[in-house]
Amino acid sequence: MRLLRMKPGHGEIVVAEGDIEVAEDEQRLVEAFRRELDAGLWAAVPLQDTSGRRRAAMVRDFSDIPRDAERVIFFPRAAGG
Amino acid sequence: MSAPLALAGLLFAALTGQALAPVARRRVSALRHPRAAPAAPDFDPGRERRAEQRARALLRSCVGDREWAMYRDLGFISVAGGVGPRPAGYAYLIYPHRPIVAYVPGERRLLSEYCVRFPDSERPYGSERLPDADDVLAKWLALAADERGLVGEANMHLPGRQVDPLAVQRDLARLERWEAASVTAGASVRAA
Repeated sequence: MRLLRMKPGHGEIVVAEGDIEVAEDEQRLVEAFRRELDAGLWAAVPLQDTSGRRRAAMVRDFSDIPRDAERVIFFPRAAGG
Repeated sequence: MSAPLALAGLLFAALTGQALAPVARRRVSALRHPRAAPAAPDFDPGRERRAEQRARALLRSCVGDREWAMYRDLGFISVAGGVGPRPAGYAYLIYPHRPIVAYVPGERRLLSEYCVRFPDSERPYGSERLPDADDVLAKWLALAADERGLVGEANMHLPGRQVDPLAVQRDLARLERWEAASVTAGASVRAA
């Protein structure tokens, strides 16, 4: 699993990466996930259903992330323009 | 009588001049040496281009082939509104760094515009703006995952406040031509 964060002037950066089935990696991913959410970012998981349709899910807790998800994308929270 | 008055005048002028001298010196110095603007990171068009290339790759990997091709060819994405697989009778146009526009497909009728931004308060490189494709992806992710939540965060207006309705209708006409061409191209590929 890779935790990615959108960055102005850069595109995405890899915040953390690891195998969620390995305890040490999972702990590192959990900490990085909390850090980004504490910084005020939103987190979304891109998904694909059985018909091939692309969709996404917002996640607010690490346990909300599907275990087979490949990526979690962090981006600044929305503000009225 | 005039001599004491003249003396008093001279004394007043001297004291006033002495009091105002530092101010005058600062003004003259400011004119000679204008203060430098706060240091901002240099604008690097190469960096911005590389950022957009990365953002496009991420966008492509998240949205469907149709949406990616639409962004590549037209510069915006159209997504169906409503929750679930069934179309809800309205759709959204997602532009980079412009409001999301709700419209009725097939009628080119604009419903509303949703003004929403994703400002990065850390402002790396001096800007809070995500690359264009990242801004589109952020809107797509938020709409796909929580349409009502995003619409609730946005400022809703009638079309025309920030977007030019005529320009959007031209974009809808371009989209219809693009979709017709895609269908024709797809049919040709299947027939071959």
